[in-house]
Amino acid sequence: MEQQVDIEKLQNLASQVRRDVLRMVHAVQSGHPGGSLGCTDYFVAMYFEIMDYKVPFKPDGINEDLFFLSNGHISPVWYSTLAHAGFFDVSELSTFRKIDSRLQGHPATEEGLPGIRVASGSLGQGLSVAAGAAQAKKLNDDNHTVYVLMGDGELQEGQVWEAAMYASHHKIDNLVATIDYNGQQIDGPTKDVMDLADLKAKWESFGWTVVESNGNDMDSIVKAMKHAHSLTRKGRPVVNLMSTEMGFPIDFMVGTHKWHGVAPNDEQLEQALGQLEETLGDY
Amino acid sequence: MKFSFTEKKDTRSGFGDGLLEAGKQDERIVALCADLTGSLKMGAFQNEFPERFYQTGIAEANMMGLAAGMTIGGKIPFTGTFANFSTGRVYDQIRQSIAYSGKNVKICASHAGLTLGEDGATHQILEDVGMMKMLPHMTVINPCDYNQTKAATLAIAKHEGPVYLRFGRPKWPVFTPEDQTFEIGKAIKMIEGSDVTIFATGHMVWYAIEAEAKLEEMGINAEVINIHTIKPIDREAIIESVKKTGCAVTAEEHQINGGLGESVASVLSRELPAPLEIIGVNDSFGESGKPEELLAKYGLSPEAIVEAAQKVIKRK
Repeated sequence: MEQQVDIEKLQNLASQVRRDVLRMVHAVQSGHPGGSLGCTDYFVAMYFEIMDYKVPFKPDGINEDLFFLSNGHISPVWYSTLAHAGFFDVSELSTFRKIDSRLQGHPATEEGLPGIRVASGSLGQGLSVAAGAAQAKKLNDDNHTVYVLMGDGELQEGQVWEAAMYASHHKIDNLVATIDYNGQQIDGPTKDVMDLADLKAKWESFGWTVVESNGNDMDSIVKAMKHAHSLTRKGRPVVNLMSTEMGFPIDFMVGTHKWHGVAPNDEQLEQALGQLEETLGDY
Repeated sequence: MKFSFTEKKDTRSGFGDGLLEAGKQDERIVALCADLTGSLKMGAFQNEFPERFYQTGIAEANMMGLAAGMTIGGKIPFTGTFANFSTGRVYDQIRQSIAYSGKNVKICASHAGLTLGEDGATHQILEDVGMMKMLPHMTVINPCDYNQTKAATLAIAKHEGPVYLRFGRPKWPVFTPEDQTFEIGKAIKMIEGSDVTIFATGHMVWYAIEAEAKLEEMGINAEVINIHTIKPIDREAIIESVKKTGCAVTAEEHQINGGLGESVASVLSRELPAPLEIIGVNDSFGESGKPEELLAKYGLSPEAIVEAAQKVIKRK
């Protein structure tokens, strides 16, 4: 029988990660809180329920699941999740975006932050890297899975579709991509900026197996990622179209693209933190 | 002539033969190609190691990302396409996923420069060395003939870190030894001289050797140095030679802007100011034509090197 997932524990972790995200971007008055908050449940699910990985960190990633963040601007949520998962001390979160920090504005390997295997931020590159890493696993007879997260606006980059075509053609079936399907990008709703139209049909026509989920419901995202994993090793890459709300669950941040790359001021921070329980202690 | 040759071969074949041998020596080596397997001479590797060869289709940006990803797990990827599509087309992918991420990817680029010939300026990239040498962590190599390209391919396989290896299409004199060891970053003194130093890279090393013979007939004693590694540049070799000769000419199949000449100028101006003439393409695109015709038209010829040497000696 499958082990019972402790959803409440994951939700408590998510609440703390969201507090970290808001405090990190507030402290330096820069960074990207909207997508970070929207994807927090996904990150917590991945690192505390779905993935099999090694701590301390080993850059070569052999015999473990790999995670790549293609939309690197949501680095705050990744950094907080990595810290709580034991890759580095949570106190280091206070250095985010400051001089001499390992926590760069966008994820980087140059400073040696544990948990990061490739730089990202210039959009559209992560799926290619993940597909390459997945093929290296196949050559190594390494039966682990490669995961990658992309933004939905990011799908406007042509390289994503080069990689999508390649992964399907080469039957890279140890690869699970997730799309943060929040319908927002810097300049406005994706449907107005550059309509993604029928994403499900697009991925299916590229030869991918498509899963859909609600990324702001812990139970839904855990089930979806387990389901996605169960669909690997069947000759096709898998993509999870994960609906989220940018800024979730802060009442004044949801339903707009405004908080994509804007930090809350002191008053807004207090208001937002009032909506998130401090479950594990602030850094 | 202090060097001779019995055959002409293309440097891209040196890459293809080197890749096959490197693949036999090290099973971590994988190769990726964007629909130019024949042009890059990667067929032998593909036949010998089909499970380690990846056809990417005409999608170079994806190919660079794939290569970066394959290093995670310990592979040593060699990417193959034309120099144009290996650099300018994918600069941001190389910058972020390979150079900034410190990935052990070998970017192998054929059909560089004017000697691509009849296909014309769309494919004759003359800016690639400049783009690649600006990237932190990147090593930039432009060997001079078939044997040296093969040796360089074997050497970069053993070197940890991103490398840009530039070679070409035309059959060109083979004049360096078959059994050479290739030392990255170490310039090779081809001919000893005392009046002027000619620093050349790639196909232009042969023209420098031809120029030296003409200069000798005029009573000018030229030193010829093959700078196969443009980054990191061998500053000691440059300084040691120019201390002796007091002036220099550089020759390359590339824009003057951003090329070998500027790298040599940077060393000399900071450490040993001396007259320098730079032979390269002078801020223009190429055009269709035969390789030798194009080199002559754009001022890259043994005669141009001779003239530059005479001029620079007068400036001493």
